[in-house]
Amino acid sequence: MSWAAGHELGPESYVVTRAELVRYAGASGDFNPIHYSDRVATSVGLPGVVAHGMYTLALVGRALTGWVGDPAAVQSFGARFTKPVEVPDDDQGTRVEVTGVVKEVDGESATLEITVTNNDTKVLGMCRAVVRC
Amino acid sequence: MALDASLSGRAFAPTPPYTASREKIAEFTEATGAEPIDGGETAPLTFPILIAFKAMTALMTDTEVGIELHNVIHGEQRFEQTRPVRAGDELTGTLTIDTLRTAAGTDMIGTRTEVTTTSGEHVATAFALLLHRGAGA
Repeated sequence: MSWAAGHELGPESYVVTRAELVRYAGASGDFNPIHYSDRVATSVGLPGVVAHGMYTLALVGRALTGWVGDPAAVQSFGARFTKPVEVPDDDQGTRVEVTGVVKEVDGESATLEITVTNNDTKVLGMCRAVVRC
Repeated sequence: MALDASLSGRAFAPTPPYTASREKIAEFTEATGAEPIDGGETAPLTFPILIAFKAMTALMTDTEVGIELHNVIHGEQRFEQTRPVRAGDELTGTLTIDTLRTAAGTDMIGTRTEVTTTSGEHVATAFALLLHRGAGA
């Protein structure tokens, strides 16, 4: 790819429902009940069932793969889990939006700054990726 | 109880070999709503968390370490990737505690899990920051 600093990527928009969280729990082996039980989630002070942080980061990986075209070009990526993504018990679920901007290109690689929002609130901090270009 | 500062730098035993089957890769890919990559031969970028999660679970349930599982929050996750996981890879993860700090009743446990094939090829390094509340309790 030939990216220059300032190049914008996305937005990508993903719907997250309870059904997705159940599938992800099974696929990842993370069966923490805050990701499927309102009773447990509210008992630890959450508003209700929340998405796995790693589910949200998987959506970032999905966006990144689409932008870069080849997952092998991704050298590093990650984020801080700063705000939970609450997933309501209905068929509509909630929406997670992923956008990126190229911050820096140094010939070999590009650094992307990624913004992930849910209901207009940023849910990940320091979300960055370095990709080979 | 705060965790013992001597845990910093400690490496744990590698996780048992885990084969990334085409079926498991398909299940993981579908669970995040993504399209199959490379005809289903290549795993999504966050797939190494499966191995890192096994290593972290072993750490968190090790009674000698003394972490109370219900008090742990996944604060941060980062990956450095040498190459994506491919179908048929036999993977193992070796976790090291890189950093351990305690502040305001919370242990901040910086872990690094080296995910390699059983023949020693490096696939990815997963860095997780685990926040363990209850250190001052």
